[in-house]
Amino acid sequence: MAEQRPSSFINMLLTLALVTLASAVALGYVYSWTKGPIEAARLAKQLRAINKVLGIYDNDPITEASQIQGMVEDDSLTVYPGFQGGELSGVAIRTYSNKGYTTRIWVMAGFAPDGSIKDVEVLEHKETPGLGSKLSLPAFKDQYIGLNPGANDIRVTKDGGEIDAISGATISSRAMSEAIQLAYDSYNSNKE
Amino acid sequence: MKKELTNKENFVKGLIKENPVFVLLLGLCPTLGVTTSAFNGFGMGMATLFVLLMSNLVISLIRNFIPQKVRIPSFIVVIASFVTVVDLTMAGFTPGLHEQLGLFIPLIVVNCIVLGRAEAFASKHNLMSSMVDGLGMGVGFTFALTLLGGIREVLGNLSLFGLKFLEADGMLLFILAPGAFIALGLIIGFFEWRNAKS
Repeated sequence: MAEQRPSSFINMLLTLALVTLASAVALGYVYSWTKGPIEAARLAKQLRAINKVLGIYDNDPITEASQIQGMVEDDSLTVYPGFQGGELSGVAIRTYSNKGYTTRIWVMAGFAPDGSIKDVEVLEHKETPGLGSKLSLPAFKDQYIGLNPGANDIRVTKDGGEIDAISGATISSRAMSEAIQLAYDSYNSNKE
Repeated sequence: MKKELTNKENFVKGLIKENPVFVLLLGLCPTLGVTTSAFNGFGMGMATLFVLLMSNLVISLIRNFIPQKVRIPSFIVVIASFVTVVDLTMAGFTPGLHEQLGLFIPLIVVNCIVLGRAEAFASKHNLMSSMVDGLGMGVGFTFALTLLGGIREVLGNLSLFGLKFLEADGMLLFILAPGAFIALGLIIGFFEWRNAKS
């Protein structure tokens, strides 16, 4: 067993400076190395979600995307339109809710031209693993398919709506409904 | 001088006799938090294993250059760097797993096992024994988290590693926080009983 070095002001200062410098260099390297893959993973996920919620389209929704004004706060939502043979086949809207259990939940919601929901996908969330994370499972999110937020009440049943909340995660479920309603309301108010 | 353990004894002690979770009771925050399923427990265990191994390695290498009074801050910088490496790498290359464990990865920094092993072991032993110690403790931690996650998933969700074996609702309690305490308490009880017998 080796004795540890005695401490003097100079060697403490030098050691800490060296250790932090080495750590900073290493992390900078890892950051630039993983930056591309992280961004690619995020975009791939977004594209998969657009694909899934739009269904059929023959245009490029990403280049034709536009920003619309959100109804509640000053934030804008992104709309990805889908066209099939020149006809509008649906829109995918990147929407969010701040009412989740932790941070903002990002959702991709797809609507048919008549306003009914085609499909929804959760993009990003930090809900509790095992509870709120069930938002992205078909058992929960497929309940929204076919409903029209203009005619149906898409709130959870506890609030008088038609959606069965995930047991143990009512707050997360509410946030999902809120995000979809926000997308619907914002899109309609911008259309007029 | 104390008797040095052989490499094999050194490795095996982390599994059962000095299992970090069930015997040393270190690192209980991520243990209780992420073990909602066997796979989450396993993923968290592997991430911690990597951090333990690498931080033990580096700390053992630099142990003779670090002045006594600044050893803890130096160790923490080393550990935090490796945790950030794990976090970024997982976000880039295993986005699915990172989504599940994302909240808990940064918490590895404050996991007392990692600093505990750095202070109690790697700062006093050579490179080889420190790496073996890190590996043993990491495997022990992974084993503990996978076992706990497995038990909670089986009872709470009637599935194991995501495979559902019975189409019915399990006991939700075991997925929730109280179930973690109950399951962990029973396992610790079992280990105590076993150690008392031998």
